[in-house]
Amino acid sequence: MSLGPAGFNRRHGILILLWAALITVPLWLPHVGGYSALGSKILIYGLATMGLNIVFGFTGGLSFGQAAYFGIGAYGAGLTLKFIAPSTPLAIIVGTLAGGLAATILGPLVMRRRGIYFAMITIAIGQLFYFVVVRWNNVTGGEDGLAGFERQPIHLGGYTLPLDQTRFYYLVLLCFTLGVILMRVLLHSPLGHTWVAIRENRRRMEFLGVRTDLYVWASFAIAGLITALAGTLNAMLFNFTSPQDLHWILSGDFVMMIVLGGMRNFWGPLLGTAIFVIAQDYLSSVTGNWMTFIGLIFVGIVLLFPKGLLGMVDRGARPA
Amino acid sequence: MQLLFFNVFNGLLQGVFYALMALGLALILSLSSVINMAHGGFLIVGAYLAFTLTPYLGFWGALVVGPLLAGVFGLIVEQTLVRWLYKRPDPLYSLLLTFGLALIIQDLTRTIWGAQGLPAAVPEALNQPLSTTLFFITGYRMVILAITAVVTIGLYLTLRYTLVGIRIRAGTRDLETVASLGVNIYKLRALNFAAGCFFAGLAGALASGILGLTPPMGDSLLMPTFVAVIVGGVGSLAGAVLGGLLIGVAAGITTTYYPAASEAVIYLIMLVVLVIRPRGLMGKESIFE
Amino acid sequence: MGKRVTRREVLKAGLGAGALALGTPAILTYGQGEQTIKIGDIDPLTGNYAAEGESQIRGAKMAMAEWNAKGGVLGRKLELVVEDNASNAGISAQKAHKLIDQDKVAMLIGSVSSASALSITQVAHQAGMIFMVTGGHTDPITGSQCHWSTFRICTTTYMLAAGLAGTLHKKFGGKWYFLTPDYAFGHTLQESYQSLLKKLGGTDLGASLSPLGTNDFSSYLIKAASTNPDVLINLTDGQDRINSLKQAAQFGLFKKFAIGGGLSELEVLQALPPEARTGWATLEWWWDQPHTPHVKEWVAAYQKAHPDGSYPSARTWFGYAAMHSVALGITRAKSLDAVKVARVLEGMELPPEVKLQPNRVYFRAADHQLMSSEFPGEAIPDGKYPNIFKVSQIIAGDDVALPATATGCTLDYPA
Repeated sequence: MSLGPAGFNRRHGILILLWAALITVPLWLPHVGGYSALGSKILIYGLATMGLNIVFGFTGGLSFGQAAYFGIGAYGAGLTLKFIAPSTPLAIIVGTLAGGLAATILGPLVMRRRGIYFAMITIAIGQLFYFVVVRWNNVTGGEDGLAGFERQPIHLGGYTLPLDQTRFYYLVLLCFTLGVILMRVLLHSPLGHTWVAIRENRRRMEFLGVRTDLYVWASFAIAGLITALAGTLNAMLFNFTSPQDLHWILSGDFVMMIVLGGMRNFWGPLLGTAIFVIAQDYLSSVTGNWMTFIGLIFVGIVLLFPKGLLGMVDRGARPA
Repeated sequence: MQLLFFNVFNGLLQGVFYALMALGLALILSLSSVINMAHGGFLIVGAYLAFTLTPYLGFWGALVVGPLLAGVFGLIVEQTLVRWLYKRPDPLYSLLLTFGLALIIQDLTRTIWGAQGLPAAVPEALNQPLSTTLFFITGYRMVILAITAVVTIGLYLTLRYTLVGIRIRAGTRDLETVASLGVNIYKLRALNFAAGCFFAGLAGALASGILGLTPPMGDSLLMPTFVAVIVGGVGSLAGAVLGGLLIGVAAGITTTYYPAASEAVIYLIMLVVLVIRPRGLMGKESIFE
Repeated sequence: MGKRVTRREVLKAGLGAGALALGTPAILTYGQGEQTIKIGDIDPLTGNYAAEGESQIRGAKMAMAEWNAKGGVLGRKLELVVEDNASNAGISAQKAHKLIDQDKVAMLIGSVSSASALSITQVAHQAGMIFMVTGGHTDPITGSQCHWSTFRICTTTYMLAAGLAGTLHKKFGGKWYFLTPDYAFGHTLQESYQSLLKKLGGTDLGASLSPLGTNDFSSYLIKAASTNPDVLINLTDGQDRINSLKQAAQFGLFKKFAIGGGLSELEVLQALPPEARTGWATLEWWWDQPHTPHVKEWVAAYQKAHPDGSYPSARTWFGYAAMHSVALGITRAKSLDAVKVARVLEGMELPPEVKLQPNRVYFRAADHQLMSSEFPGEAIPDGKYPNIFKVSQIIAGDDVALPATATGCTLDYPA
């Protein structure tokens, strides 16, 4: 997003509108044919894709295995609730850190590659995690998924906050907000600018003496952390998770959401996620051929709107 | 020990199949830099068309015509959709476009032929083992081996000695120069893409003799194909064949000791190759690095 | 320039249409009307289990039509709201939320895979809504993970094993090797067979666990053959079963030893070429029951409703029984209250025109499992569809189920 002149301008206006809409979702969503789990899912997937976009759109790394960290977060949260302690905050923390740790440890494998090789390494890593989760079925439930846990009410001091659908949505919104603030801060810092520079021309950055590997590593690790956070929330939304939350097809869907919304834009992924999730939800209720329509959306976006929807709108803006 | 030998031999036979699929994918990737996620889709198109044509053309007739029609379908797809992407350097777009195409093809297949599995059969004569101890060497698998060999040799000869083949090979090195030399690269790429889809369709028609014929049939074959191409080396057709054989054998060996890991091991191999030598066993350094 | 303007217009039109569409209620509903009672059906229309899902939906629609022809339930017509879960457990949970929160259904039925069934039971339980599991087989659904709100139509893996083990032992011998799909259904089915084998005094030669979605079974078949079994107990289902049997036939293994066991379905038998369509397996329902009343009429009714030459399968019957059970429960409880309906369903016996099999078919009170029969038999290679299976006997569910105390189920009714 361009750092325009200080003070109130159109961008700020749109942002305020966006937050107002998000905060009041439980009020208006049911009236337009939505349900609160859908709203939560959009925010959760939006957080995941915005996290992915740190490495994908801003650093230029084609990560096609991001679902691995989403799944690690989900299983981390679920296993915590099931085996360790019935505490929602603990589940969120454990899952998020697990995903971040995995991404940090695996970063060195990934950081030196580019293009299709970067993509294939991330896919390979993702599928290996998929295999571990499926095989370790005593603990994870294997192919059938992890069930038997439920999100627990949160205890603050003496007050207990039960997490029904609506309250859980606000918890998701809170985590989403924290994630967004973190990403915003990072992307506007020198670190973030270095990432963009690496995306634009990695060779030149190397010639300038920048250790691009380390920056890509950091980007990958942070993306993993945020996507894992989204994963923990997803597990608690449905009180269920399964290996399909780790599969490369979900990774591909994440990428599509980013491209749909615009991968050069901070909010692009959220827009793309909203459209994709709503389209899939609506179309699959209406026709058995919804896969064809989703496929047509993919094809249409690639051919007609390759910069994504916000990319079209932002056409005049300076690169982020 | 005998078990290991059996499994390695068996792995080679399975690898031959992967090699056939990898060849088609590599063909498209090398010349047009298109990452064809719809390869599985062309596979099922070939398989279903072959099944539908068998009552009219017989097993062998359908085996030839089905894949040819898949190639024609590939040509249509290339002309209407894929060729708009050639101007874009980022392979991301071809990946996403073909990803969407794969969804469309699978859904249309399900709509036209139904979700119920179809009883694709193999001629009686081929449908038995050639030896009682080595019972996994069936007549049918020998046919697959023979057809793959013929097709691979045919491709090699075409690329080596025919004009169009030489142009394709030159194109994988430097398409711009080839164009500036007056070759119609649009026709070249179209032909190349159709050829790749023909290979996929052929693999599909052959696969339906061993696997159940259902719309999701191609899904689980797509990733191993990519792995084979990467392991063998992007940009090398011989590498694709080698990669296919290699992962077949690796899966076979793994199954002897730890069957559950037989699919995971190919991803492990790909990971190792990508970390140590990303261009693969026989690949050339390309724009992807 | 011209092209740019066109794209923007497309964009605006698309967004406008999207916003409009969002407000439109689901169209995949059947039997609309005022004041209907909505039953949500989450089944796969796409993906790996699409064939089975389609059958289950057909059965449910037939049942709904019958009830609506008689005036509905509690004076209101039934409406079936179908949601496609794409053979995906996560989407199943999402659709469950949608049906409960947006469509405001009274009850839920559906699922083919055990994973989908489990994910929906979680959501249903939390919402205090009855979920009648149509087709997910894994034992924990009415065992260690049972809930007061969960009921199940299809049989458990123990029942499947118990219905056939004795026959296999008697006919072929006691040296068994297992080909087991690596997920809960396969594991529990294998355990059941193994415990029965032990009781019969047979020899367990070992097992090969194949990942779900395996294409090439050669290595597993090689291993199995090397142990020289009397029977290769093939516990795979669906796609895996089709693949493994096709390959076993090509390897000539059917001539070396018997291959059988596990669960088979019409959808699987139909997809096999003749040489692979052989061996003993258990089905959970079969259309050809000359001695059972009402079956012939039901098959005829099915064919009238679906003139595509197909015959109803066990899955069709599951959907039919599920919808009928839900409707019967509501009618007898004279209420839509889930707890009341659950209490009524406990012990409820299915009437002859619904159960479509001999033997007493009822919901066991302790674990909400329907005690329906097993149909073990042999596939007919040279038969023409639909005569591709011969039932050897119809065993009552009661006779083969684990005692309720052994399932690990404790129902958790709200206080």
